[in-house]
Parts: sequence; structure tokens; C-alpha cells
Amino acid sequence: MEPLSSPLFASLLAAVSWLVIAALALVPAGNAFFARRLAFPLGALIGLSLASFGLQSIWLHAEQLTLPLGLPDLPFHLRIDPLAGFFLLLLGSVSAGISVYAGGYFRTETAGRLALISLQYHMFLASMAFVILADDAYLFMVAWETMALSSYFLVTTDHERPAIRSAGFLYLLVAHLGAIAILLCFGVMHGGGDYSFDALRGAELTPFWATVAFLLAFFGFGAKAGMIPLHAWLPEAHPAAPSPVSALMSGIMLKTAIYGMVRVIYDLIGGVRWEWGIVVLAIGAGTTLFGVLYALMQHDLKRLLAYHSVENIGIILLGLGMSMVFLGFGHPLAGALGLVAALYHTLNHAVFKALLFLGAGSILHATGLRNLNDMGGLIRTMPKTALYFLIGALAISALPPLNGFVSEWLTFQTALQAPLLEHGVVRSLLPLFAATLALAGALTAMCFVKVYGIAFLGRPREVRHPAHARAEGGGHDAGSMEQYGMAWLAAGCLVLGLFPTSFLLMLNRVGVSLTGQGLSPEALESSWLWLVPTAPERASYSPIIFLLVVLAVVLITIRLVRGFYHGRVRVADPWDCGFPEQTTRMQDTADAFGQPIRHVFGPLYLMKRHLPGPEEANPRYSIKIEDRHWYWLYLPVARLADYASSKVGLLQRGRISIYLLYSFLTLIALLIFVR
Amino acid sequence: MALPLSGQIVNLLAALLLLLAFAMLAQRRVLTLIKLFAWQGAALAVSTAIVAYATGQTHLYFSAGLTVALKVVLIPWLLHRLIDQLQVRWDIETLLNIPTTMLAGIGLAIFAFSLATPISQMASTITRSTLGIALASVLLSFLMMIVRRKAVPQVIGFLSMENGLFFAATSATYGMPLVVELGVALDVLVGTFIFGIFFFHIREQFDSLDIRHMEKLKED
Repeated sequence: MEPLSSPLFASLLAAVSWLVIAALALVPAGNAFFARRLAFPLGALIGLSLASFGLQSIWLHAEQLTLPLGLPDLPFHLRIDPLAGFFLLLLGSVSAGISVYAGGYFRTETAGRLALISLQYHMFLASMAFVILADDAYLFMVAWETMALSSYFLVTTDHERPAIRSAGFLYLLVAHLGAIAILLCFGVMHGGGDYSFDALRGAELTPFWATVAFLLAFFGFGAKAGMIPLHAWLPEAHPAAPSPVSALMSGIMLKTAIYGMVRVIYDLIGGVRWEWGIVVLAIGAGTTLFGVLYALMQHDLKRLLAYHSVENIGIILLGLGMSMVFLGFGHPLAGALGLVAALYHTLNHAVFKALLFLGAGSILHATGLRNLNDMGGLIRTMPKTALYFLIGALAISALPPLNGFVSEWLTFQTALQAPLLEHGVVRSLLPLFAATLALAGALTAMCFVKVYGIAFLGRPREVRHPAHARAEGGGHDAGSMEQYGMAWLAAGCLVLGLFPTSFLLMLNRVGVSLTGQGLSPEALESSWLWLVPTAPERASYSPIIFLLVVLAVVLITIRLVRGFYHGRVRVADPWDCGFPEQTTRMQDTADAFGQPIRHVFGPLYLMKRHLPGPEEANPRYSIKIEDRHWYWLYLPVARLADYASSKVGLLQRGRISIYLLYSFLTLIALLIFVR
Repeated sequence: MALPLSGQIVNLLAALLLLLAFAMLAQRRVLTLIKLFAWQGAALAVSTAIVAYATGQTHLYFSAGLTVALKVVLIPWLLHRLIDQLQVRWDIETLLNIPTTMLAGIGLAIFAFSLATPISQMASTITRSTLGIALASVLLSFLMMIVRRKAVPQVIGFLSMENGLFFAATSATYGMPLVVELGVALDVLVGTFIFGIFFFHIREQFDSLDIRHMEKLKED
């Protein structure tokens, strides 16, 4: 194929251009003009072109390329196939919006910081592109680690604060644990030959070793994706990072972990077993419920969004798990549907979660607030941000006709294929997992009613908050670059929600390339108007008709109300409950809104509450919800590591003679051993 | 089968090398240690030159010249300057127990020979029988580093270990490629410089070159 017209070559060029931008950010050193004005818009442009190359390659055959780089005898291999193309599309299109936003968001930074942010930001993007393009374990690990390191430096942008340093450390620690598991997984799959993915694909594994490889890949990538019990870094690192970086990490980086999971489990290991699917389903269901329940309890907006990322990773895992169960039992049609649902949700989550994080960033920029309990009435000062945030909130709450609904609906449709299964226990388990998903969806909707109602509606809650004077008086909306970025992603939410059939066909290509089997013929023939996952007589959905009906009902209602009630509006004071001196602090707070859930699911939480006494002059209520995983998993492991290192420390005597003696004895022992 | 004359001379020099290694192990005076080290270098250089003459490996002449320049002239001179500046020229070290150390050394030499016998039977060089000696002198120098308390003798032990390694390379395979040897020689030289700088720092910090003081650096 012609090098210039090949999507692989073009994608490589795009990734390298990101690297070039990263390097250029450092010059000129004095005022970082390039980084301030040009770097981010250019990066967004590259993102868009990368997305188009990815889109193109979904419809083409797989392509390979060997680079004359790397170690001697260990060159870098690149490959683009529909799966990689789909994730490039995700990376490019979502990062384009985030980059535009970042161009406005970071503009006020000082030159030195801005140059570093731009360097790490574009390095991060390029490394993610290389993760997706890699076709050998070596390049994959190099790109993977570059991604972890560059994002670590982005998370610790405000490293002056100890809390952010410790969040960064936790992130780095979990990232490395995951990387070790992935490395071991490649080692297990290695069956002679080199470490190119072709060789790994061809290696014959016994069922035992295939399962070991699956578990290593699942937990290795899961650590990066933020599934329980390895999620603890996520609610720490996302709030610590600047908002566009949180959006990148939550929107895209978590998805590279999903990419890795699909690539290794479906493609490299192959021969998916249904038992694996059950493991994925169980962990996915736990992750979903845990994420949403803890999200409801948060009052830090970014931390809340981070817990929702945990939840959505759980939903993606549910789709993947069902797909693996169906494939393992020999039902490729349903298996492909599950995979399509999972990948669709991956793309959807990337779009709406990035949008929500950007909205949170705009609020933070304009008011300096992160605590929901202090917010309120932001819709008056930030109407544009409020609109975009509303679209994101509706999408994540899985309300039609937006995109979140489509993928969750497809996941449900997969679960409804359960009667196909011969195994009675598994057959009865699937609806249970679907019920988990339904519960999570309802709780998510509740959570975003809370977020939107508390943050944007009502009146500012904390009049004494210094930032509020600014917010109430001359508060400002997001800047124009920030708005463009959010508008792009909000448009993505609408397009993905309104035209699901074209994306379904696209994902079908990915399914075919991975499992050899796509969706049913009826599904593929579904028109642009009606989305049909399996067969038209079973289920179909038309977002456009839905939207039209909703619009019609709303308009007719408005018309009727206007017609009947016009001129009969009476203006009067509302009933004040017999207590005329009302302050804004009497409004419902985020913590108060979550109270019913806290009550129902009480045993799940570890609460530290401060209830004000009746005689306190200045009553303050505070609550801190802690994650139980810290107490049963993380802290014991940390103590164990501490204990082990104290024992190892006994070897260190501080005397050179002793150290020399150690190496001398080792030498002698080795010499005796090799005789 | 009688060895040719060159082989016999090499064997003699090898024995001298081992003897010098033992002498260094037992020597208390810093000044004498440096002299012994220089003699060891000289023995090494002569044996390398003879091997070069006997086998026609011209690059070994370069090695021999390099050994003379570095280990007989330059490094001993550097060490002399160092002990003058550090004022430890007449230092006498109280060793633990010379007979015990010597016994341990003899044990090591026997071990080295038993280890080298199967290897030297595989080698086809005229110097193959000296492999055991080379290994023994490496181990003896290592032992010397372990039992010494002062920094300068430890470094001399380190340098003499390099002598043993060099001899082992010559006896097993007629020496390493010249590039590698040049590199190693440069490393040794640079190492000596760095050690010299460290000595001053150590003394500045602890008012002594006795490395026992460095135990204080350990974290509890």
C-alpha cells in the first residue's frame, strides 16, 4: 500500500507530531509562547486527523509496519486493525475537545509550568497512541510505562501540596503493580520466538496457562482501569490533577486499559472461556455498585466524578464479561453483541466523562470551588457551562436520547440473551448482573440530580466563602476556548446518542475482526432510524423518534399551559413554613441529598460523622466516608511490606567489610554451584 | 612432555604473582603494600610480554606496555602522592590475626585450583595451567579487601584484584580484545582518581581513614 495513503503510516505521523509538539513546548524558554498559543490547538488538530485515520482503518484490512527503531534485533512493530482503529478514533476525537479546552484553561499559567504541562500533556497523548498502535510486547510496555510516567507528572503538577504528592505516589504504585502483571502475562504467553504479537497469537497455551495469562492481564489492566479492589488510586489522582488532565485520564487513559484487556484476552490469548467471563462479570458488578454508591456520598465534585469512572468501568466490564460467557458457551452472535455494547460504552463514557470533568474544571476556574456543599446557583453566572454539564449529566444518567442510554440498553439486550445458555446456574446469574446494572443506572441518575441541583440550581450555600463574592457578583462563565471544547464533546454525546446504527456497524467490524463473527444479519440491516441489536421482533429503539416525541409533548404542554393559564399568574411570597428568616444555608446540601442512600446502604460505608450538639453556637455538620478497602487490603499489604523490609534491613550492617563478605560468599557459592 | 622455556618462565612468574598476593595479604605497612603492588604489576607485564612473544599475538605487547605504564608507574606514583598528602605514609595497620588470614588464603588457593582444573583442561593455550593461580590471586585480593580496616589498603586490594583478572584473561584466552583492555585500564585509572577524592572526603568527615567510622552512616 502507498505509504502516504495508509492509515497506519498516517497515524504514526500523527503520534510523532504530538511528540514534536511536546518537544517544541520548551522553546522559547522565556515566555513559552508556543505552548501558550499554539501547542494545544495544534494538538487538537492532530487529534482530529488521528480520529479520521482510525475511522478509515476500521473499514480496511489490518496493516503492519516494522520500524528501524528499538534495540538491536528487537525492532518496534506497529499494526493497525479495526480494534486499534476504533480506539484511535476514541483517542483522537475526545482528545481534540480536551486539547481545545486545555488551550484556554492553561493559558494563565506561568511560562515554566505551562511548558512542562504542555510537554507532559502531548507526551501522554503520543504514548497512548503508541499503546494502541504497538504490535509487540516490547513497544507496548515502553509506551505503557511512558503513559504512566507522563500522567504521573501531570497528576503532580501542583506538587507543592503534600496531599497531591501522596496521591501521585499511590497512582504510580498501582500503575507499576499493574505493569508487572502485564509483563508477566506477556511472559506466560511467550511460547518461543520473539515477542511480537503475531508470535504471541500463535503460541499454543494449555488451559491452565491460558487462565493464568487471562488473570494476569485482567488484573494488570484492571489496575489501570480502576476496577475494585485496585481502584484506590483513582479517587485520589483524578481530583489531584488539573481538570483537563483528569478528563484525559478518566476519558481516555482508562480506556487504553480496556483496549489492552480486549487486545490480550480476545486477540492474543484467544479461545475465551466462560469461566473467565464469570470472573469479569462478578468483578464488574462489584465495581459498578461500589462506584456509584461511593459517588453518591461524595461532596467533592471531581472525586464524585472519579467514583463514577469506577462505576462506568464496571459497566464496561459487565458487557465484556457477558460477551466472554456467550463466546465461551459457543454463542458468537450474543458474544459479539456484548463486545459491541462494551466498546460502545467505552466510547460513550470517554465522551461524557471528559465533558463532565471539563465542566467541573470550568466551575473550579471560575469560582475556586470543588465542594458541592458550598456551591449553588451557578446556572446564573455560568449558563453555557450549565448547559454542557446538563448534557453530560443526562448522558451519564443513561437517559434517552443521549449516548449513555444506547450502550447501557445494548448491555441489557445482551443480558436478555441469557435463555440461549445451556448452563442453568449461569443462565440465572446473568439477569442478576443486569439488575445490578439497572440499580446502578438509577443511582447514577439520582447522583446527577444531586450534582446538578446542588451546584447549578438554588442559591450559593456558603455566603462566607471568599470565592463566593466573586461567584455571586462578577462571576464569569467559561472562556471561549473552554466552551468550544465542551461544545465539541456535548455534540459527541448527541451524535452518539442519535445515530447509534452507524456506530453499531462500525463496532460490528471490530467484533468480526476479533471473534470472526459479527452481529445478526437483521441487526446489520437496521436502518439509520431504528437500532436493532438482534432481531426487529425482539427489540428496537429509535432515538430520533424518541426525541421528536419528547419535543412534541413538551411543546404541546407549553402551548396548552400558555393557552389555559395565560394572564392568570399571581405573584406572591411563597409559604415560609412559619419561619420568615431564611438563609441560603437552609438549602439541601450534597451530603443531605445522599442521606437516604447512606441510611439504606449504611453497613457498606465507613463513616466518620460530626453531629453538632444542640448548644453549639455555630453548628457545623461534617461527614467523611472512608473506603473499606483501605482497611482490609491496602493497609495490611503496606504493613506487610514494611515488616518485610525491616527484616531485609537487618542485612544492612553499615560496614563495608560485611558487604564485601556478602559478595565474596555469593561468589564462592556460585563457583561451587557451577562446578 | 616438557614445557617450552617460555611456558616455564610464565609458570614461574605466575608463582611469583601468587606469592606477592600472599605477601600483600600479610603486609601491614601501607608503603610496602604499594611496592608489592607495583611488583605484581611488573610480574604481570613480563608474563604478558612472554606470552606475546611465544604465541605471536602482537596485541598482547600493547597490553604489556599498558600494564607497565599504568600499574608499575602511574598508579603506584599516584598512590605515593596520595599517602603523602593524607600523611599516612608510615601507617601501620593492626590486622586481626595474620596466621588465621593466611590459613583462609591457603584454603582459597586450594579451592581456586580445584575449580580451575577442569576449565584449564579445556583450554588450548600454553598458559592454561596458570588459570588456577590467576583465580587464586583474585580471591586472595578479595579476601584482603574484606579483612582490611583502612581505606587505602582496601583500594590496593581492589586494584590487585584487577591484576588477577587480567592474568586470568591472558592465561585462559590470550587476553581480551584490545578495546576491552583499553577500556578496563582507563576504568582502573579513573577509579583510582575517584578513590583518591573519596579519601579526602572521608577524612574530612571522620578525621580518619578508618572505615569503621562509616558504620555511623547506617540508618536505624
